[in-house]
Amino acid sequence: MNESINIPWLVGSLVAAIAFVALNASMLVWLERKVAGHIQRRIGPKEVGPFGLFQSFADGLKLMSKQLIVPECSDRILFKVAPLLVMVPAIMSFVVIPFSENLVARNINIGLLVIFAFASVNVLGLLLGGWGSANKYAVISGARAVSQNVAYEIPMLVTVVTMIMVTQTMNLNEIVLQQPDIFHWYIFRLNASPLMPVAFLIFFVCSMAETNRAPFDLGEAESELVAGFHTEYAGMGFGLFFLGEYANVFIGCSLATILFLGGWQSPFGVFPGVWWFLLKVYTLIFVVMWARWTFPRTTLYGLLNLSWKILIPISLFNLVLTGVMLKVF
Amino acid sequence: MLITFYIAAAVAVIATLLMLTRVNAVHALLYLIVSLLAVAVVFFLLGAYFVAALEVIIYAGAIMVFFVFAIMLLNLGPEAAGQERQWLAEEFVPGPVALTLILMAELLFVLLRGSVAPPALGAVTPKQVGVALYGPYVLAVELASLLLLAGLVGALHLGRREVRERQGGKR
Repeated sequence: MNESINIPWLVGSLVAAIAFVALNASMLVWLERKVAGHIQRRIGPKEVGPFGLFQSFADGLKLMSKQLIVPECSDRILFKVAPLLVMVPAIMSFVVIPFSENLVARNINIGLLVIFAFASVNVLGLLLGGWGSANKYAVISGARAVSQNVAYEIPMLVTVVTMIMVTQTMNLNEIVLQQPDIFHWYIFRLNASPLMPVAFLIFFVCSMAETNRAPFDLGEAESELVAGFHTEYAGMGFGLFFLGEYANVFIGCSLATILFLGGWQSPFGVFPGVWWFLLKVYTLIFVVMWARWTFPRTTLYGLLNLSWKILIPISLFNLVLTGVMLKVF
Repeated sequence: MLITFYIAAAVAVIATLLMLTRVNAVHALLYLIVSLLAVAVVFFLLGAYFVAALEVIIYAGAIMVFFVFAIMLLNLGPEAAGQERQWLAEEFVPGPVALTLILMAELLFVLLRGSVAPPALGAVTPKQVGVALYGPYVLAVELASLLLLAGLVGALHLGRREVRERQGGKR
């Protein structure tokens, strides 16, 4: 209200964010299937287009042409709103992510908090999808998704608080500006806290769990819950959940990049720009996929124990340690 | 910007009204979340970006998630809706309405006297909030943390008793 808001720029960047989410998801689905294939000594999709590149577009067309079936006993409105509640916050988060120094829709001072605010709405979408479809498996899955998100939000936020203490700002672009080359990346700033790499690991694991990715995909454990919260969804209803998941994976990895790996800054201090950002983010996304096809799914208790008994104590210790280091040095 | 304020305020009021009158508990909760989100927008428009973000994270996010969780564990169904309908019966209306009218009169009095905070103080930065919290209001922060500690101890106590019983049952 006190700064001038450039409406065309904001609308343009929202449209760009939507386009990017769709394109990103379709490419990531292709990549996921390729990675899965090669990890399991298969080839993966190869028929549609070169290297099967257009496979996900074909799948997308199929999903869009399918009928949207709303189950008889479901809560009709909630059932239809839930996919949007997953999708819209994911797109809104893109507004504050700095892709490069000037390529950010709204360089807001509390960018980090804004992303977490939208992420907390996202969980509601999963829960409502599960509850609205009035299906036992979907309800169980929704409850699981919530308990998982609540459990992993704590170590994640504690780690983020540690980072805010070190960076002294919540503006994502300023955090990136503080990391001009590889020695100044926060993951290697051992003088800020000797546990920085551990903090990165905690953040990364938490963001994997927050986005319900394997090995933490308890919400959609096919062997027990059919397909979890999206059991009853057909066509693009399911497609939106899927798009939202990949958008959230991207947001989680880009936050890890911005906080710990220097964002759009180059590791050698030359040619900073959007390509470095995308390179780092997609490398992290590759690691996420690698983890998915390497580790078996954990049990629910194993998952919650990991958070409450290991990640939370370590992240709290790191918080105190960082505070002491900041005070002493 | 004034228009956006009025829209957000209207959404908040309407959502709160709907929240009060729904018989389905989950629908009521969702209207409560909508109302809280609208209040967050109002905060944002007043320049309190930090409070707006916290409002979404704490209320619309964490507490609502727990709330919806608790509701789901209750046995909801036609009977619960019927019970709720009974509670909304006419003989229960006068009490709350009288209390609300008192609040309304107070609000009108304050508004007419003109002793209202200026609409825009400029953007409040997180640093200012932190300095205020740990400066003049440090006692309140400590009291709040004590309250949370009580909750934590209570949860620990409940959890421990259950574990002991389960082990006892095994033997």
